[in-house]
Amino acid sequence: MTQMQDRAPVPGQEVAPLLEVKDLKMHFPVTSGLILQRKIGAIKAVDGVSFSIPRGQTLGLVGESGSGKTTVGRCIIQLNEPTSGEVWLDGVELTTAKGRQLRGMRRRMQMVFQDPYSSLNPRMSIGTIIGEPMLVHKITSGKGELKEQVSELLRVVGLNPSMADRYPHEFSGGQRQRIGIARAIAVRPDFIVADEPVSALDVSIQAQLINLLEDIQEQFNLTFLFIAHDLSVVRHMSENVAVMYLGKIMEMAERSELYEKPLHPYTQALLSAVPVPNPRVEAQRERIVLQGTIPSPMNAPSGCVFHTRCPIAIDDCRVVVPELKEYSPGHWAACIRV
Amino acid sequence: MTEFGEFSEHLLTVEGLKTHFFTPTGVVRAVDGISYDVREGETLAIVGESGCGKSVGALSIMRLVASPPGRIVDGQVNFDGIDLLAISEQQMRTIRGNRIAMIFQEPMTSLNPVLTIGKQITESLELHLKMEGAQAQQRAIELLEMVGIPDAPSRLKQYPHQFSGGMRQRVMIAMAMSCNPRLLIADEPTTALDVTIQAQILELIKDLSAQMGTAVIIITHNLGVVARYADRVNVMYAGKIIERGTALDIYENPQHPYTQGLLDSVPRLDEDRKQRLESIEGMPPDLMELPSGCAFRPRCRFAVERCAEEIPPLMAVGDGHTAACWVTVGTASEVGA
Repeated sequence: MTQMQDRAPVPGQEVAPLLEVKDLKMHFPVTSGLILQRKIGAIKAVDGVSFSIPRGQTLGLVGESGSGKTTVGRCIIQLNEPTSGEVWLDGVELTTAKGRQLRGMRRRMQMVFQDPYSSLNPRMSIGTIIGEPMLVHKITSGKGELKEQVSELLRVVGLNPSMADRYPHEFSGGQRQRIGIARAIAVRPDFIVADEPVSALDVSIQAQLINLLEDIQEQFNLTFLFIAHDLSVVRHMSENVAVMYLGKIMEMAERSELYEKPLHPYTQALLSAVPVPNPRVEAQRERIVLQGTIPSPMNAPSGCVFHTRCPIAIDDCRVVVPELKEYSPGHWAACIRV
Repeated sequence: MTEFGEFSEHLLTVEGLKTHFFTPTGVVRAVDGISYDVREGETLAIVGESGCGKSVGALSIMRLVASPPGRIVDGQVNFDGIDLLAISEQQMRTIRGNRIAMIFQEPMTSLNPVLTIGKQITESLELHLKMEGAQAQQRAIELLEMVGIPDAPSRLKQYPHQFSGGMRQRVMIAMAMSCNPRLLIADEPTTALDVTIQAQILELIKDLSAQMGTAVIIITHNLGVVARYADRVNVMYAGKIIERGTALDIYENPQHPYTQGLLDSVPRLDEDRKQRLESIEGMPPDLMELPSGCAFRPRCRFAVERCAEEIPPLMAVGDGHTAACWVTVGTASEVGA
């Protein structure tokens, strides 16, 4: 085990983290020309993100499209090779891990994708889809046992084991998402990145899947990075929440702290933009309607990336890049106006 | 059959509307006998999940259901004294986009990618309002400014792909409001947009409709949006309206088990976090093979024998509040009915 220094910010109380991300950067090069491919710029999809997640807990990562939240998830799982930064999973640094060690770690981290239609191979039966990772990682002894394990997994996610021979197109969106979850937990991972796992689903089906995710988290002692844009779903799912904007974390805190006492003007605006299902509350609620849209990460604004839309920005905000600072224990915000 | 006051305040009356799709594998009863009305200047929300018929119902009013396979098999749609299902297509064209306008969920597919924004806006001005050249141009600039698009004169010369999702939806709203419609149908206008942009667009629709006195039908699955913007609400399930009332009726005194289940199943920012969400078990039914009796019966925790035998009609709960459930309202109102 490697000794870790400068611990990444821990939202909430200190419990030994399973995952630590330190100063993660993912800059996608922008090139021009067909043959020479000169680099003419970079899309700073993730630009210096640090956080950690204690074992068995969920960190919710929220932000608008283009904030870089999905890229953070992909960099952790090593689907993208980050430009710089470190990702520690249970004491192993993943960005420098190679070969057998990395393959071993891949078993311990899995992903549930947003789109239940494109994330399952249409030519494979769901039994094969769920069984394949177990074969790859050699955690099954043979055909007979594999069949039994697949049946068990289908039961765990609330599907009928007799469905194992069917193909993805025979299932509804909610059922497909259950299949995706079964595939993820098939290899007994410690850590799951769930990237907008319920946003493509109808309200009544969403609730079923949220409950299922919570059940399997408890049953298998899983640690989640829960990526979503729906702030009410994130509050329900997560112990701690980080808010991202244009590749950076704007605010991070324990759940109730963040929702009750948001410090960053972006978090405040996001929360006020969510209409709540209560006409009496809505009739009285003041809304901060943010102007404009999230700028392109190719030419992010100088200083604070949020200053172009911020209702309380001052001249300094255009120049000074605000640091993520801890304002109360476990409550971090990046804003010079706090 | 109308249950709200006299006829004159009703801008739109839909009665017994049935739109079915005739496919090789069977008949899909997407809209299966819905009746409702929209009053002048009000905002009516139609809520429901995918496949409940909320969009097909709206497209039927506009006579935009693709035929074949779709066909309006029964019902009446009365708009401002005109029977929309009886008039010729030519007459319908003078109403569609003019007195009834519609905005759709996906602004990229509803704008023509090879025409400039300016061309697309002036087209309806020329068609419906008989404007020409410079006058239409001028009006188009005003419209873009009205929906908050900066730098309107140069934006008019651009193509849809040069606009962001939120800006495209603003363009759609500008086009929809260009002829000062009496009724605006907004079909999931913000589903594809981020929450901060959603807020911008919904506030814009609200402000413009209030200014112009336009009635709005907003179709959505987002219960928060309904709570903020709707005066009245229709809840749909499997092609039927299963509950209807004012927004307060629906949120504070929901009667249909489906409405109750929907409200319980969303995590809410305005309440303490629940340990566990109360989900509705199962899935919506296949519209080709509806269960007997009440379509919600297989998922309903209160279902009794009668629910399998007879389809419950909308029954009165209170003033203007109706629900279609034998268990929660059936017994009480049946005596009077």
